[in-house]
Amino acid sequence: MEKPSIEQLNNICSQVRRDIVRMVHGVQSGHPGASLGCTEFFVALYFHQMKHYKEFNIDGIGEDLFFLSNGHISPVWYSVLARSGYFSSEELSTFRKIDSRLQGHPATEEGLPGIRVASGSLGQGLSVAIGAALAKKLNNDDHTVYVLMGDGEQQEGQIWEAAMCAPHHGVDNLIASIDLNGQQIDGPTEQIMNLLDLKAKWEAFGWQVIETENGNDIQQVLSSLEKAKGLLGNGKPVLNLLRTDMGYGVDFMVGTHKWHGIAPDDDQLAAALGQLDETLGDY
Amino acid sequence: MEKTLDTKFTYTEKKDTRSGFGDGFLEVGRKNPNVVGLCADLIGSLKMGAFQKEFPDRFFQVGIAEANMMGVAAGLTIGGKIPYTGTFANFSTGRVYDQIRQSIAYSGKNVKICASHAGLTLGEDGATHQILEDVGMMRMLPHMTVINPCDYNQTKAATIAIADYEGPVYLRFGRPKWPIFTPENQKFEIGKAWKMIDGKDVSIFATGHLVWEAVVAEALLREEGIKAEVINIHTIKPLDTEAILDSVAKTGCAVTAEEHQLNGGMGDSVAQTLVRNHPAPLEMVGVNDSFGESGKPEELLEKYGLNTANIVKAVKKVLSRK
Repeated sequence: MEKPSIEQLNNICSQVRRDIVRMVHGVQSGHPGASLGCTEFFVALYFHQMKHYKEFNIDGIGEDLFFLSNGHISPVWYSVLARSGYFSSEELSTFRKIDSRLQGHPATEEGLPGIRVASGSLGQGLSVAIGAALAKKLNNDDHTVYVLMGDGEQQEGQIWEAAMCAPHHGVDNLIASIDLNGQQIDGPTEQIMNLLDLKAKWEAFGWQVIETENGNDIQQVLSSLEKAKGLLGNGKPVLNLLRTDMGYGVDFMVGTHKWHGIAPDDDQLAAALGQLDETLGDY
Repeated sequence: MEKTLDTKFTYTEKKDTRSGFGDGFLEVGRKNPNVVGLCADLIGSLKMGAFQKEFPDRFFQVGIAEANMMGVAAGLTIGGKIPYTGTFANFSTGRVYDQIRQSIAYSGKNVKICASHAGLTLGEDGATHQILEDVGMMRMLPHMTVINPCDYNQTKAATIAIADYEGPVYLRFGRPKWPIFTPENQKFEIGKAWKMIDGKDVSIFATGHLVWEAVVAEALLREEGIKAEVINIHTIKPLDTEAILDSVAKTGCAVTAEEHQLNGGMGDSVAQTLVRNHPAPLEMVGVNDSFGESGKPEELLEKYGLNTANIVKAVKKVLSRK
């Protein structure tokens, strides 16, 4: 199948952003900020980069896998999963509501297609991704495992256990990305717990580190994912420092931790939707 | 004393249950190519070395990083592997509770958490390592199966059997050399309690190392004309409530015995079953809300009230309440 053009991908991003703000508004709960900031990354992965089947199989043999470690940005993932065919976009309206498969944080319990492990309690996704990558090697399955983490999440100790583990075991079919938006719930990361030089830290742990200067430029995201892929297979995993703007696409939500975990009211929703074209049809 | 007693089960050899795990692990590894192993720097203590030697590509040393080990194990199931994690019971539960809860139990992952050095009988290392709360933590988790076999042979059989069960399992075993009194190559049925000795006066529900203490207690009680029924609760969750209720319907009272805190242990589960279905007098042998300490296994079982004498005492007390 032909890959979508940059223009088509940007159109999908616009619809995904509409989905995000509408989902969070619809239940008056959820995390719009980093969901908006990571939209280009998710769209690039699911509509361009990854080989994946919309007929969901949890073992994912013969396809690329994605894990979301910072599970609170579930709105962007759910929207992208729906828009790429895992389930009907109508179901997005059930987000965080009773009897929904779209739990506040991603879960397997209700059987939502596309989700392979629960996440939300931070720091765990990289370890799981390493395990899945090792399983691929044992199965002689020549596909790639992707994982996204938050930058605040880098404060969790388990991340660094996993960081040590992957190069030691030669996990070179793994591309981990960190959403570097510089914000966490209580404020800017540099004030809460300064991460200092993440590039140097990950390199010191034995990773090949690449940087995506503007993670909200779909062309740049695609280029860095392509570059990351080119670095696989040589005994070392790849880390992608993905700089994004939290809240990107909705001007009053940009660049602040204040929209980490709150929902827009009716007026704010209208203002947000006024900035985002409806390209694929609202659910 | 034990030798002269007419116990219904006897032994000629003592071995640690962790060796039953190690030997079972190698056997199940030969049988099932999807079985893989992970260990957090305790390969010798867990007896995982033979598997590692025979299947180096299916074994992952993860270093002293148990949280990561649980996550990697969860990930290995995606693609059909059956990971067995190995570390001490302490580091298999409390240290990594949230990792097990989210990445394994809530996610329904087919991980076998294999936990050695459980309970007081770890001995000289003392309370930092003698976990007595692990069963409680694990049985609270939805989807989790909790197994605590009684001797080398049963641990080996359980280690092999859990590979054929789809879902997370907590397998608990220990360090001391312990009588081997159950048959070699026994069939292990998860969730099916084993009535080892028939009796009519009192039901003794025991798990882990204390099953042997219960077998000895039964012989002592028989000398006094008390007919105790001994039931081996190797699977603490799911609990075989039918076996428990059938037995107590006959005997009218029960004693539980386990190497664990009374709070949250197997006895708690039995009590819940009885209270909700068939209230009957119940006495519980276990650790009463305290940490352990350094000492020899038998000294610790004596001091903390977990040996044969305590089971006999509990039986007499419960009989007086009938």
